Amino acid sequence: MAQLTDLSVAAIRDGVASGEFTAVAVAEAFNAQVAEAQAALNAFIVTTPEHALAAAAAVDAERAAGKVLGKLAGVPIGMKDLFATKGVQTTAASHILEGFIPPYESTVSQKLWDAGAGMLGKLNLDQFAMGSSNETSYFGNVISPWRRIGKDGGGSDTAPLAPGGSSGGSAAAVAAHLCPAATGTDTGGSIRQPAAFTGISGIKPTYGRCSRWGIVAFASSLDQAGPMAHDVRDCAIMLEAMAGFDPKDSTSLDLPVPNWKATLSGDLKGKKIGIPREYRMDGMDADVAHSWDQGIAWLKDAGAEVIDISLPHTKYALPAYYIIAPAEASSNLARYDGVRYGLRALPEGAGLQDMYAATRAAGFGAEVKRRILIGTYVLSAGYYDAYYTQAQKVRTLIARDFEAAFELCDVILAPTAPSAAFALGEKSDDPLAMYLNDVFSVPASLAGLPAMSVPAGLDRQGLPLGLQVIGRPFDEQGVLNAGLAIEARAGFTARPERWW
Amino acid sequence: MSNYRIQGATGEWEVIIGLEVHAQITTAAKLFSGAATAFGAEPNAQVSLIDAAMPGMLPVPNQECIRQAVRTGLAIDAQINSYSRFDRKNYFYADLPQGYQISQLYHPIVGEGHVDISLDDKNPDAEVKRIGVERIHVEQDAGKLMHDQHPTMSYVDLNRSGVALMEIVSRPDMRSPAEAGAYLRKLRSILRYVGSCDGNMEEGSMRADVNVSVRKVGDELGTRTETKNVNSVRFVMATVEHEANRQVDVLESGGKIVQETRLFDPDTGTTRSMRSKEDAHDYRYFPDPDLLPLVLEPGFIEDCRASLPELPDAKRHRYETVLGLTPYAAGVLTAEVETALWFEALADATAAAQAKTKAEVAKQASNWLLSEFFGALNKIGRTLENSPVGPEAAAELLALVGNSTISGTIAKQVLEKMLETGDGAGVIVEREGLKQTSDTGAIDAAIAGILAANADKVAQYKGGKEALFGFFVGQTMKVMQGKANPQVVNELLKKALG
Repeated sequence: MAQLTDLSVAAIRDGVASGEFTAVAVAEAFNAQVAEAQAALNAFIVTTPEHALAAAAAVDAERAAGKVLGKLAGVPIGMKDLFATKGVQTTAASHILEGFIPPYESTVSQKLWDAGAGMLGKLNLDQFAMGSSNETSYFGNVISPWRRIGKDGGGSDTAPLAPGGSSGGSAAAVAAHLCPAATGTDTGGSIRQPAAFTGISGIKPTYGRCSRWGIVAFASSLDQAGPMAHDVRDCAIMLEAMAGFDPKDSTSLDLPVPNWKATLSGDLKGKKIGIPREYRMDGMDADVAHSWDQGIAWLKDAGAEVIDISLPHTKYALPAYYIIAPAEASSNLARYDGVRYGLRALPEGAGLQDMYAATRAAGFGAEVKRRILIGTYVLSAGYYDAYYTQAQKVRTLIARDFEAAFELCDVILAPTAPSAAFALGEKSDDPLAMYLNDVFSVPASLAGLPAMSVPAGLDRQGLPLGLQVIGRPFDEQGVLNAGLAIEARAGFTARPERWW
Repeated sequence: MSNYRIQGATGEWEVIIGLEVHAQITTAAKLFSGAATAFGAEPNAQVSLIDAAMPGMLPVPNQECIRQAVRTGLAIDAQINSYSRFDRKNYFYADLPQGYQISQLYHPIVGEGHVDISLDDKNPDAEVKRIGVERIHVEQDAGKLMHDQHPTMSYVDLNRSGVALMEIVSRPDMRSPAEAGAYLRKLRSILRYVGSCDGNMEEGSMRADVNVSVRKVGDELGTRTETKNVNSVRFVMATVEHEANRQVDVLESGGKIVQETRLFDPDTGTTRSMRSKEDAHDYRYFPDPDLLPLVLEPGFIEDCRASLPELPDAKRHRYETVLGLTPYAAGVLTAEVETALWFEALADATAAAQAKTKAEVAKQASNWLLSEFFGALNKIGRTLENSPVGPEAAAELLALVGNSTISGTIAKQVLEKMLETGDGAGVIVEREGLKQTSDTGAIDAAIAGILAANADKVAQYKGGKEALFGFFVGQTMKVMQGKANPQVVNELLKKALG
């Protein structure tokens, strides 16, 4: 039998249900993996082995009592530290929330615990989910478990690589088999890009599928929770547990949650796949272009018809995103003011304004401050129409582009990110280069569409590349099915060699 | 009073007034959270995770607040916007946990409406002025800072944080302190009829931002100042008066009015500058991405309309035309919803007790309420709300007068006893032997005695001084201790003086 930590979500659940192994044994195995990797990968901000064990013991007891087990019974997972977890520190990887212990549980995490999952720990991320490399965390970078092939074509280049972001801890932890699945959140690509960088699957569902209640807000109109796991089926299982209408979130979709896993099918006969010509950009990475072409071939092989489509406003998506998301963030982050919880910096003789300034100066990292400043600027009197209003118009046009495209095709295939993982520090001095990482992922976010990244292969450096499938609103099934078709043909079995 | 003018050294000045009234919506729960809203709770006892702006908390609109805002809009004949949305007004302050107030700048729920005010209390129909209402929007209240709890620190009470307010913005249609006062009183009356706000200005459920400017008659509008959070009708009128005179003084001495926010000081009756436009916040309004646009179905709006009670103007009109009351009486009875409801109950009970129609007894009920009952309540320091005598008990008293069991004079004594003891009118009349008598024997005997004792006056009367008849009536009633039926006394006296 394979190691427990090599198993998929489905295999763990089935094995626990059939009595092949206990949930506690699974939790212990993953707890050990987490502990061994923590110093090297820094994937977790806090680990919670006792939580994983307690949940596992409860599942084992339920099984012994002959009770019906939940969809994730016995599956220990990693929880991105953007989800409020009752009694467990929740920081959004920021200093300003360091030590903050919520007296409440986010809707999504509660649903996962209700389904029988346990928590291995709170996963590291870019601070307030702002970043594409996990380099903005107050608690240090997450190191990708992947390494480049050495320059001589053999051995290995030990330069630490970015796991992507913002869900970098989630991606690294799943890729390194520290957990079989993890939660992520995606505002402009924060599930898809790190999934692509680390050779795993991740889906951002339609905006509103997962409740945002209890998730530290970055940009409310874009934030969506979703799962990250080894394969498409595990993503479907996780998403079924995470999704669902929540009356506590006004933007939550009041729709039943489909049984995505049961209707998974990689047979795409009769389906049309759109290839957006605007995504084929000048100077595109050759490996990325090649992997995209290969994806097209795989989907044809799965029975789909491939057609060219146009998404004419694509080039405006990134600028619009970097206006709308910071605008919302500048307002969403105003509550971190040192008055009620979290960090308070109170210089001698300070008044209220001084306290705000000192608290926020000390509590927010540089990237968070940059986005608060951008957001404050674009909402200011005299600039609002030129920036925010204009960006909202662009957003509408982008959504219309997709609507028009989905008249012609069922799903859209594109690269997830413009390159494979880069080294830590390689782009951190150049915010614009970093923002360009989101160029393929942001349009679907602006339109609120379901989109997923699945591993497609390795580039010439031996690093994973992802392919992105974008679907119609509410059509997670179509996205998952296309993802499954790619997965079946990509035969992606590569995993990082253990060096930690 | 529309011709209110300030006499300056350089001529007459006209005063232009607009009010932004903040009215707390009467609901058990806050605008976007389930926390309670009762006045006077322990600090921070009514604060949800949402009101404290904990990380990841989201607002969910309270449907009852929306319903009350729509009903209020309908009550002032305003346009109801089937599409509205919430915006964030961003600023930092310790009483504002989110760092923004959720309000409605761009698309308010209620559009243009109006409030009609009467400029003559004695005759409310005589001079009616229509004050435009530009909009009503719904927004969150802030918390409260307490500066007196600690020598160097301020404390924060978030009980009010997130409480639902309606901001009712008038057009600059008022021209005098009296008009401003009349508008605020009328608006308060309407809100209380509708039940959307209790109008309690002492507890802060209703407060006004007073916008004032002055101009020479016929000139363009002048620069205005805004005096914040004025919390009584009297203070609003004082604010207008002081601010208008101050502005005239500034302008006539060659100065300029600065657009600024001012504060009213109730102790001195004056206003002082709080901050000028230059220090004004840039609120960075933008649509709240946590909330979907508010879309009202026609059926919902119609349900709101159907739920409205008869409003003060309609009621006053009905009292005048159907019940035959004077415009003055109708005006007084309808000004406060409690008075109107009490009066209606009294008229109904009186009609039932006397087997008459409501219209037949309305005058009796109205006169008694206005000229007897209010005075009697006042004397014992009570109001209609806590009166020991209810409409049913009062109707019993009026019925005793109506069927001549007691006289109006005796009724006053009976009412005093009712207020004192809580006993019914019939019980008191019986116990105290106050029943009016038509016993001609007893009355004749009393008359005989009086005529005998006043032979000189009898002679004068017979000599043509007919005014003395009243004297004989009075004497007779005195001897009869007020209990003689006045009509019988009249008849018998006429016969005796024959």
